[in-house]
Amino acid sequence: MTGQRSDTGERLPEAGSEPVGLARRLLASRAFLIGAIITLVILAMALISFLWTPYDVTKLVIANRLKPPSPSHLFGTDHFGRDIFSMIMVGSRNSIAVALVAVGIGMAIGVPLGAWAAAKRGIADDILMRTNDLIFAFPSILSAVMITAIFGPGAINAIIAIGIFNIPVFARLTRGGALSLWTREFVLAARVSGKGAARISIEHILPNITNLLIVQGTIQFSLGILAEAALSYVGLGAQPPMPSWGRMLFEAQTMMAIAPHMAIFPGLAIILTVLGLNLMGDGLRDALDPRLRETK
Amino acid sequence: MSYFLFRRLLSLLLTLLLATIVIFAVLEIVPGDPARLMLGINATEDAVAALREQLGLNQPLLTRYFSWIGGLLQGDLGRSFTYSSSVGELIGERIWVSLPLALLALTLSTVIAVPVGLYAAARRGRASDTAIMAATQFGIAIPNFWFALLLVYLFAIVLRWVPAGGFPGWEAGIWPALKALALPAIALALPQAAILSRIARSALIEVLGEDFIRTARAKGLTRSQTLWHHALRNALIPVVTIMGLQFAFLLAGTIIIENVFYLPGLGRLVFQAITQHDLPVVQGTVLLLVASVVLTNFLVDLVYAWIDPRLRKTAQ
Repeated sequence: MTGQRSDTGERLPEAGSEPVGLARRLLASRAFLIGAIITLVILAMALISFLWTPYDVTKLVIANRLKPPSPSHLFGTDHFGRDIFSMIMVGSRNSIAVALVAVGIGMAIGVPLGAWAAAKRGIADDILMRTNDLIFAFPSILSAVMITAIFGPGAINAIIAIGIFNIPVFARLTRGGALSLWTREFVLAARVSGKGAARISIEHILPNITNLLIVQGTIQFSLGILAEAALSYVGLGAQPPMPSWGRMLFEAQTMMAIAPHMAIFPGLAIILTVLGLNLMGDGLRDALDPRLRETK
Repeated sequence: MSYFLFRRLLSLLLTLLLATIVIFAVLEIVPGDPARLMLGINATEDAVAALREQLGLNQPLLTRYFSWIGGLLQGDLGRSFTYSSSVGELIGERIWVSLPLALLALTLSTVIAVPVGLYAAARRGRASDTAIMAATQFGIAIPNFWFALLLVYLFAIVLRWVPAGGFPGWEAGIWPALKALALPAIALALPQAAILSRIARSALIEVLGEDFIRTARAKGLTRSQTLWHHALRNALIPVVTIMGLQFAFLLAGTIIIENVFYLPGLGRLVFQAITQHDLPVVQGTVLLLVASVVLTNFLVDLVYAWIDPRLRKTAQ
C-alpha cells in the first residue's frame, strides 16, 4: 500500500508492498475475496434501498402479519405485516452509517492524538496513555448505554457512544506504530533537514502506518455494527419508524414462539456483515504484512 | 516483585480515583431533576424543593462528590432514589445473579476454547484446523443476544428443557438456579470462546516455532511431551490476557443478556436505574463494574509475572 518514504517524500522501496504485488496478494486471498464480496453485497443492498425496496417499510398491512417466508415475501413478514427483507435492506443503511461514522470519529480524533503523543513523548504521552487506560476501564457497552441514556436514544447518540470508544483504540495504535518510526533513519533525516514534528508526522509517519489503520478500521467497523445492533436491541439506537437490525430482533423476541423467522433473518444479516468485514480485515492484514501469515 | 506490585497497585488506585471523578461528572450532566422525576409531573414546587433538600441535591458539587467518596471509603454507596433500600443492599442482592453468570460463562468459554485452540494448532493447515477456524469466524460474528433468542426458541420453546427467562433465586436450590443461568451463560460464552480459541491457536503456533521447542524435539521428546511440558506454559500469556479482558466484558455483557432473559442481575439493575435517573444506583453499579475491570487487569498482570518471571524483571 504505502512503502517507506524518504525525507524528500519519495516512496522508499519495501519488499512486497508495491501496489501491483498487493493487489495480486489480495486477489489470491480467499478470505479477502469472500469478505469483499459479502461486504459489497451488503453495501449494494443499502444503496439500492434508497431507490427501491420490494415493499414499503412504513406501510402496515395487518392482513399480512407474521407470514412465513414465501416467494412473495422472501424472509416473511413481521407482526405489522411489513416485509422483513425490505426492512433488512433499509436497516442496513442505519447499521453501516452508524458504524462507519463511529470509525471516522475514532480515526479523526485518535490518530492525531496518537501521533502527537508519539512526537512529543513526556507528559503529553503519559496523559494520553493514562486517559486511554481510564477509557478502557469502562466496559464499552455499559458506557454506550450510559451515553445514549443521558443524551437520549437515537442514531446520532449511538454514533457518539460507539465513536468515543474508537478514539483510544486508534490513538494507541497510532502511538505504537509512530514510536518505532521516530527512531528510523528516514525520520532522523527529516528532522535534520529542519522539519517540525507536525510535518514529519503528516509526511513521513502517517503514510507508513496507513496499513495498520486500515486493518484496525475494518475491525472497528465490524465491532461498530455489533454495538449498534446491541444498542438498538435495548431501545437506545435508531428509533421507529426507521428500521434497524437490533430493533427488529427486539420486536422478534416476544414473537419467537409463533414467528421465529422474525429473529432469524435480521440476525443473519448482522452475522454476514460482521463476517464479511472480519474476513476482509484478515485478508488485508495478511496481504499488507506477509510476516503475520507465519502465525496464521 | 514487591516494586512491581507497588507500581501496579498505585496505577490501580489512580485509575479508580479518576474513574470516580468521571462517573460523578458524567452523571451530573444528565438532563432532568431526579426529585422531579421521583415525584412526577403533578408535584408542587415546594414538594420538589423539599425532596431536593432531603436528597442533598442542593449542596455544592464538590461537597456532594467528597460526601460520595467518603461514603464509599466506609462501604456506604448511598441510598437509591427509587428503591427503598441502600445501593449496597441492591448490589448485594443482584451480584449473586451476575457474578455466577459471568463466572459460568468464563468457565464455559475457557473449557471450550483452550482445547479447541490447542487441537487446531497441533493440526495446523489440515482440514480440521480450517474447519475450526471457519467456525470461529462465525462465532465471532454472532451477536450474543441473537444467539440467546435462538437458544430460547430451541431449548425453552421447542424442547421445553429450561425456562425461557427469570431467576428463581439461589434459595430455590442450586439446580433450578443453574438451570435458569444455563442458556444466558451459553449465549455469553460461545462468541467469547470463538475469540479465545483463535488466540490460543495462534499463541501456540508461535511458541511451537521457537528455537527451544526445536531443541526439545532434538533431545528426543515426543511431539505431545514438547507440547505439554514446554509449549503450553509459554502460550498461556496471551490466553490469560484475553481471559482477563473477557471476564470484564462478560460482566458488562450481562446488561444485554439479562434483558433477554429477564434476569434480576446487575446489568438489568443499572439499565433500569439509568432510565429512571436513579443516580446513586447508577454511580454505585458503574463504579463496581469499572473496579472489577481494573482489578481483573491487575490480577492478570500478577498472573503474568507468575507465568513469566522475565516480566517482573522488566518492570523493575
